[in-house]
Amino acid sequence: MSSVMVHDRKRLLADSIAGKFPDARGRFGPFGGRYVPETLIPAIERLEAGLRAHLHAPDFQRELAEELHSWVGRPTALTHARRLGARWGADVWLKREDLAHTGAHKINNAIGQALLAKRLGATRVVAETGAGQHGVASAAACARVGLPCTVYMGAVDMERQAPNVGRMRLLGAEVVPVTEGDKTLRAAVDEALRDWVADPLGTYYLLGSAIGPHPYPYLVRELQTIIGREAREQMLARAGSLPDVLIACVGGGSNSIGIFHPFIADAAVEIVGIEAGGRGRALGENSATLALGRPGVLQGAYSLLLQDPHGQIQETHSISAGLDYPGVGPEHALLQAAGRVSYETASDDEALAAVKECCEAEGILPALESAHALAGARRWAAAHPGKRILIGLSGRGDKDMPTLQRTLIAQIEAGALGARP
Amino acid sequence: MTVATTTAPHERISAAIRAAAAQGPALVAFMTAGYPRREAFRAQLAAVAGAADVVEIGVPFTDPMADGVTIQRSSRGALAQGVTLRWILDELAAMPQVEAPLLLMSYLNPLLAFGYADLAAAAERARVAGFIVPDLPFDEGGELAAALDARGIALVQMATPVTTAERLAQVCGASRGFVYAVTMTGTTGKNVAVPEAVMAYLDRVRAVSRVPVCAGFGIRSREQVARLAGHVDGVVVGSALVEVLERGEDPAAWLRALRPGTA
Repeated sequence: MSSVMVHDRKRLLADSIAGKFPDARGRFGPFGGRYVPETLIPAIERLEAGLRAHLHAPDFQRELAEELHSWVGRPTALTHARRLGARWGADVWLKREDLAHTGAHKINNAIGQALLAKRLGATRVVAETGAGQHGVASAAACARVGLPCTVYMGAVDMERQAPNVGRMRLLGAEVVPVTEGDKTLRAAVDEALRDWVADPLGTYYLLGSAIGPHPYPYLVRELQTIIGREAREQMLARAGSLPDVLIACVGGGSNSIGIFHPFIADAAVEIVGIEAGGRGRALGENSATLALGRPGVLQGAYSLLLQDPHGQIQETHSISAGLDYPGVGPEHALLQAAGRVSYETASDDEALAAVKECCEAEGILPALESAHALAGARRWAAAHPGKRILIGLSGRGDKDMPTLQRTLIAQIEAGALGARP
Repeated sequence: MTVATTTAPHERISAAIRAAAAQGPALVAFMTAGYPRREAFRAQLAAVAGAADVVEIGVPFTDPMADGVTIQRSSRGALAQGVTLRWILDELAAMPQVEAPLLLMSYLNPLLAFGYADLAAAAERARVAGFIVPDLPFDEGGELAAALDARGIALVQMATPVTTAERLAQVCGASRGFVYAVTMTGTTGKNVAVPEAVMAYLDRVRAVSRVPVCAGFGIRSREQVARLAGHVDGVVVGSALVEVLERGEDPAAWLRALRPGTA
């Protein structure tokens, strides 16, 4: 952001490394805050008090660690991607959140918040979902702790992530289609907020990304930094050093803040976030909030947004439902302003190509979201030969089968037919 | 204009509500600007203002998270016709002044995009007496309140049934024009029965507030208005009025019929 002066950048970075964010007002430098209807203030204050009482308390941390180990399957593997590395001329390592229970990093946050909801005495849980991964994770976590769960999901997303809708229902959640607004993640957040407003004290809102009013961006970060803490230890143990660069995809920004945060103080590690470049740079053609957005307030926080000159939020596009969101977590806006993380884009086509390459080279089907990180890493490797690259592989691509069937698989099948005599 | 005879805009709102409240709750009428038809905005506003004591003009927003289906629909309809905050302010500045004080109801982001300093000046030119910003709780609203305060323009604060006593005192202390007492937890537009607990809550708000107290969210019938008499200074009617306008019915007749004691 051009309005942030160089000396401000240095101070923002120093304060970030010193752990001063979020501050007492829920701010990450200029970003964050809690812009919510008055009705939600008591619920948010109760959540804040709950975090202070439980989140870092030894008994809660013990319970969470036990669930992460024996139910989620942590620590997740660090895979040395030798064949990708040979193709790219780099030393490539993948942090495998696709191996976590329910297939993505979302479960780290969902089980943590479900345990918290239980401790706070909530009688039901509501959640929003885009790709359906957070919905599935929430449904599973709520089943695990014994709380009823309602998931709001945009009608467009229900179609493109159909397998996940069935999974949520099987896991006992009520899935409510959202036909208002853009019918994707943002409309689902609006609808979940409306549900929460109706019963702010009995309902727990299990927000799935590092977005929304304080304390959510902080809470979600704290529950997701397990990814970066594990990856940092695993890199030192297995590769013998930290990576030269760390790359992850950014939609709302929970998997990326989770893997980035433990590396923020490691000045020698370059950090790159990859947003959805969609079909191009024009408004409505992408979801590249940090690359192309301007500051504003949406869904509870001051952060960067894709908006028109009148402050109306723009519809977004990405082939990956999980990145298809016009805002971004306030801590990413800070890390960009502080000059610590650079944010780039990968297009729909680059992401699809990365899915194919990762399948062929490593025998891993990555989520379309994670494929954006792979595409960004491939480009970075081309510009920086012979370097060590750590990639956050945030989830598996099984949920993307309807999209992949129409694209990559259709191409393979057409090729196979064409090859016949 | 001489200073001695000038009444600050926020005082005009309070005075209009108090004057009407002598005959039963004042009517604060909400309409989304330019909905259902943008060309009809001025005529519609004149008709509503002729029958209401205060008019709240909705600035459409893509993500009206505190609103129910009716105002989501009207917001979307206004946006589809190209209604913007700047258009609304230009229209108001150009049309003859209506007697009822005007407020703008807007989510924060269109106001941020406009810029607070420009906004306060343009609002003054448009004779806007106050603002209601549903996603701006008072502890985040200092900067906007200061910009508006400099021109005597109200920033109305909201109280809710779940607001703690300590916070209620702060909300009422910060509010100008009136306090918007939300009758229920939930979004706008649902019908509410106004149970005893709500009356007791409204009485609590009124005991703390120095400015008038208006109840809103779910007010649709004369019976509700009559039941609230004595507990509030005014009522806000929003979704129900938007539905009247959608059906092409006469808003003035509908508003007049809400007042207790009318035939």
